[in-house]
Amino acid sequence: MRVDFTKPAGIQHKQYRNFVDRISPKPNVLVNVVWAFLVGGSIAAIGQALLTLFLMLGLPILEAGAMVAVVLIFIAAFLTGLGVFDDIARYAGAGAFVPITGFANAMVAQAMEARTEGLVLGVGARLFTIAGPVLVFGIVVAWLTGLIYFLFR
Amino acid sequence: MPAAKKQGQQTLVFSNPPVITASGTVVGTKEAAGPLGKTFDRVVDDPYHGEKSWERAERRFLEDAVQIALKKANLSSREIDFFLAGDLENQTEASALAARDLGIPYLGLYGACATIYEGIALGAVLIDGGFAERVVVAVSSHCCTAEKQFRYPTEQGVQRSLTQSWTVTGAGAVILAAQGSGPVVTHATIGKAIDMGQADPNNFGAAMAPAACDTIVRHLLDTGRGATDYDLVVTGDLGLIGRDLAEGLLQDHGFDLAERFTDCGVLIYDPQQQDTHAGGSGCACSAVVTGGYLLQQIQAGKLKRILGVGTGALLNADSPKQGETIPGIGHAVVIERR
Repeated sequence: MRVDFTKPAGIQHKQYRNFVDRISPKPNVLVNVVWAFLVGGSIAAIGQALLTLFLMLGLPILEAGAMVAVVLIFIAAFLTGLGVFDDIARYAGAGAFVPITGFANAMVAQAMEARTEGLVLGVGARLFTIAGPVLVFGIVVAWLTGLIYFLFR
Repeated sequence: MPAAKKQGQQTLVFSNPPVITASGTVVGTKEAAGPLGKTFDRVVDDPYHGEKSWERAERRFLEDAVQIALKKANLSSREIDFFLAGDLENQTEASALAARDLGIPYLGLYGACATIYEGIALGAVLIDGGFAERVVVAVSSHCCTAEKQFRYPTEQGVQRSLTQSWTVTGAGAVILAAQGSGPVVTHATIGKAIDMGQADPNNFGAAMAPAACDTIVRHLLDTGRGATDYDLVVTGDLGLIGRDLAEGLLQDHGFDLAERFTDCGVLIYDPQQQDTHAGGSGCACSAVVTGGYLLQQIQAGKLKRILGVGTGALLNADSPKQGETIPGIGHAVVIERR
């Protein structure tokens, strides 16, 4: 595309953007969706199996649910530490990121990365860099939902 | 009155072309496993290079590259007038720390991934201007420091975009001298920061291609040369997508480089085998390919004259979040067998 300085920059930017879109490869959405479904579904199935197990062992439902989260978080953190989680997520995408495993991964990965800057100013300060927004907006939505429930129950 | 050693708008012509007397290249295992694996001087298997952090490792890579180049040229660091270096860390810290240990008068550079070519151009200016007898130009990049700096933690589970490139882990150094044997630097064309409105930090190739094209076209117009005057026109790290874009842009300007046009980021990895997506990038990408493969090809007589164009995406970690588009830069240097 010949840069023509007599034309407004906007037109040229648009033409170039079209050119870039034409050349750039597109992700295979179908393959990504299938991977995400299979891995995300497997994580959910493991969670369900754990829940059934804990209930069978006699834990009350609330505690059993919390234990499921604890175990899944531990597995995700452990796999992150071993350097395996990112290899799984490369294929699974949102399938690995959206469940609680993604949250654990985001914190552990950040902690490992910040370790060289010390425990307080490194790990402590940067632990929530990626997970933080999830917490912030999770809490905001919970607050709004609570407000709606309070007003319209 | 036009400057005595300047031709056209942006091109410098060296009356006593500085000689590239030696180069040193150090890479990691991924680069060594690529198609150019055998052309590098040293391969370091450990991404930490025996250090505690990636940042320290990158500094070691840089120092190693300089030491290898000095050894090849049979020089000590005292015989070097200036050390020109840059990298991608905050405030180019890897270069600063390497400069501290080397003890050579230091000029820190930042031209993103175009830094090695910016350095060669400036080093040649210092030598041709009579201000230096020998200059070392060196750059480094490390995939883990760059990911940390610009993207996510390395263990973070994210899918890389197909347009994204892989930062080369390694460092390259070249020694420029007023006298000696080796290929010479005859011209340099200093690029403009060109922004075609690209804002995707996962597609540097698209951000840099117009700048590379602009510099190549400007170089050919300034010198009155045509594409056939060069055996190879090689860009720094446009990658597969950026190379295609630049090729298209150059064709629109009436320059069909066809087989003579390639890119260091395309050469360094095998995208099918190594899952690097768009190709290689980073300061070290153009440095280790130029300092290794390209100089070897010139020395072997397979290439007589090349136009190397270092390419850089001039963003920082925050500018895309603030809605800025990404300016690209391209600096061209003519390297000729003598």
